[in-house]
Amino acid sequence: MAKNPQLNANGELKHLLSIEGLPRDIISAILDTAEPFTEVAEREVKKLPLLRGKSVFNLFFENSTRTRTTFEIAAKRLSADVINLNVSTSSTNKGETLLDTVDNLVAMQADMFVVRHASSGAPYLIAQHLESTNRPNVHVVNAGDGRHAHPTQGLLDMYTIRHFKRDFTQLTVAIIGDILHSRVARSQIHALTTLGVPEVRAIGPKTLLPTDVERLGVRVFHDMREGLKGVDVVMMLRLQNERMTGSLLPSPQEYFKFFGLTEEKLALAKPDAIVLHPGPMNRGVEIDSAVADGVQAVILPQVTFGIAVRMAVMSMLARG
Amino acid sequence: MELPEAERLIVELVAQMRPAITPDTALVGIHTGGVWLAERLHAELGLEAPLGSIDVAFYRDDLDSRGLHAKARRSEIPFDVEGRPVVIVDDVLYTGRTTRAALNELFDYGRPARVDLAVLVDRGGRELPIEARYCAHRLERPLPPNRNLQLDRGDDGLFSLRLIEAK
Repeated sequence: MAKNPQLNANGELKHLLSIEGLPRDIISAILDTAEPFTEVAEREVKKLPLLRGKSVFNLFFENSTRTRTTFEIAAKRLSADVINLNVSTSSTNKGETLLDTVDNLVAMQADMFVVRHASSGAPYLIAQHLESTNRPNVHVVNAGDGRHAHPTQGLLDMYTIRHFKRDFTQLTVAIIGDILHSRVARSQIHALTTLGVPEVRAIGPKTLLPTDVERLGVRVFHDMREGLKGVDVVMMLRLQNERMTGSLLPSPQEYFKFFGLTEEKLALAKPDAIVLHPGPMNRGVEIDSAVADGVQAVILPQVTFGIAVRMAVMSMLARG
Repeated sequence: MELPEAERLIVELVAQMRPAITPDTALVGIHTGGVWLAERLHAELGLEAPLGSIDVAFYRDDLDSRGLHAKARRSEIPFDVEGRPVVIVDDVLYTGRTTRAALNELFDYGRPARVDLAVLVDRGGRELPIEARYCAHRLERPLPPNRNLQLDRGDDGLFSLRLIEAK
């Protein structure tokens, strides 16, 4: 496999596996391509013919209704045929391996796989397998793998920030919450630093920050009030309920007290700061309802932009 | 080859269109030269419906071979297409494929009463059954495929035509 498995010999996007390793001009090209797609939602016929005749398989080994739905809408707006496979409830239960599943679907003329998997690296494995079996016209989009990456979420967050703030090189951005277990946070950090954001802050309790997070180029804060001072963009992460039961956190109430985003804490950021959240939100755990529904929240625009960004990624992959 | 003066052609095009234009006629320019031309025609003809623009990048028929590389602009159709006479405006008519793509895109916004095509120059070389109702100039001999005819707009807003090597 080539050095960067995501790019073809001409340096064009072939698979989208992670934002890490994507050159800045490719990330910018995805955001630029997404821009005109936002207008399609306003038409009577919300469809473009770009993927007409192509088959997109949503291969979800882990449940995620929202991500699967936005990929499905994006593919359908591009006129692709979309097949949803909830693999957690099908053949793998009968013992079929991941790559056997892929081979079977390729035999059914799949053109693209949108893959969500609980194991980090599963989309890489599929992309590698397609390369080694010489099927260069089948593309893979990572829709979230384990703790590793969730590149389209990172990209739609960048699109949202660019939409509201224009210039990345003047921003201070804070990412708050469970960074240790979050594939979203990793994708966000790589995207922000690649796009030239001068200061990225990671805010969270010691138990939820990776020990080497500073190596990714972020400033670490354990005090949320300190970390929020003067930021332009507040990126909240979802606190996954399964983390609550272990020894990492005392209780949701205690977490909210220290790391929940309230109006009072948000007031420490710049007055025109925007608040992002990848959803689904735990109101009263990581974010207060007054903030989630407030004027600074751009959480619903994120969802709308997410469709345009996924359309951009899929139409760029589908060439050739 | 002697190229005609673009400004003179615009006068001719306006003269052709004026008798046929109704008050509710809308113009839709194809990016980029067609949009410039449509802006000028819109002003000269004194039309009321706001000007539309279309980028056919998403409707091209050569996506598989050429990919999606040109930076596409958002299409703007700021009027109700349903039941309205529409004139698609482009600077140069060549194979007809761009017009075909623009027609497909236009119909995704609604069902127009009729659609006409206005171009400054017909360079020949059609590959589809498409003709312009309004055309200011036809080249006597079709241009060879390795040449492109391009409309330029100067800082003074005046138009000119020039021949360039095709990419």
